[in-house]
Amino acid sequence: MPTQTYAGKQISLNSEGFLTNASDWTPGVAEEIAKETGIGPLNDKHWQVITFCREDAAREGQPPGVRRIAKLSGVEMKELYQLFPKGPGKLAARIAGLPKPQGCI
Amino acid sequence: MTQVVDPYIAELEKQMPPAKQPIQAVSIILSKGSLDMVYPALILANGARMSGIEATIFCTFWGLDAITEKKVDHLHVATVGNPAFPVPTMLGGLPGMEALATAFMKKEIEKIEIPSVREMLQILRDSGAKIFACRMAMDMFNLKQTDLVPEVDGVLSVVDFFDLAAGSQILFI
Repeated sequence: MPTQTYAGKQISLNSEGFLTNASDWTPGVAEEIAKETGIGPLNDKHWQVITFCREDAAREGQPPGVRRIAKLSGVEMKELYQLFPKGPGKLAARIAGLPKPQGCI
Repeated sequence: MTQVVDPYIAELEKQMPPAKQPIQAVSIILSKGSLDMVYPALILANGARMSGIEATIFCTFWGLDAITEKKVDHLHVATVGNPAFPVPTMLGGLPGMEALATAFMKKEIEKIEIPSVREMLQILRDSGAKIFACRMAMDMFNLKQTDLVPEVDGVLSVVDFFDLAAGSQILFI
C-alpha cells in the first residue's frame, strides 16, 4: 500500500490516491493533495465544496456524486467543473479525504 | 540463474506503450432514440466528464430524437425487437404496451434519482461535454438546428466528426 508524506505526516493511500484512513485527513492534507493533482491552492469555493462533501458523507455514509454536490452545496455544475477541471467526481472526494464516489451521476 | 531474453522480444517490449494509459477523450455516436439506448449514451458521457475525460456525443438517425425539442420529453422504451424485454415480442406490439413499459421505466428511473433526458443534456452542457447533430440525418428528417434543444453545439458532417474525434475512443450506440 503506497504511503505519502502530506503536511509532514506519513499517510497511507490506496492505489488511486484516496486516503485509506479517514482520520488522517486535515485541511493541510487537503491542500497538499490539491497541489499534487494540479488544482493548486484551494480557494473559498473549493472549500465550500470540500466541506459540503465531508458533511454530506458523514450524514449519508457515502461520498456525494457530482449532481448531488451541484444541487446541494451552493456551487453550480458549471463552476464545479471550473474548480476541479480534471473531474469533480473523483477529485473533490479525494481532496476531502473520502473514498471514490460510486454513483454514476 | 540468469534469465535469457530474446533481444528481438526485448526490443518489441521497449516499443510497446505502457499497459494502462488513462483515456483522454470519448466520442459517442448515438444512433437510436429509445430510452434504453439514449440513457446509456448520456450517462457514459457524463461519467467521462466526472472523471475528467473529454466527451462528445454525435447524434445520428433516431439518435436525433434525443436532442429534438419536440421529442426529447417523449422518448419510449423499445418493446418489440428487444429480446431482453420481459414480455414476448408479439405481446410487446399490442396497443398501449410501449406506453406502459415507458411509464414503468420512467418511474424506476425517477426512483433512483436519475435526471430526465432533458436535464441530462443540461448537465452535460454544464460539464463541458459537446453535443452534435449529424448533417445527413438532419437533412433526411427535414430538421433545422432551430428544431433542436439549445444544448446542441452544432451540426457536423461525418468527416467533421472524425476530425473532431481524432485520438479519442469511439463508442457506437
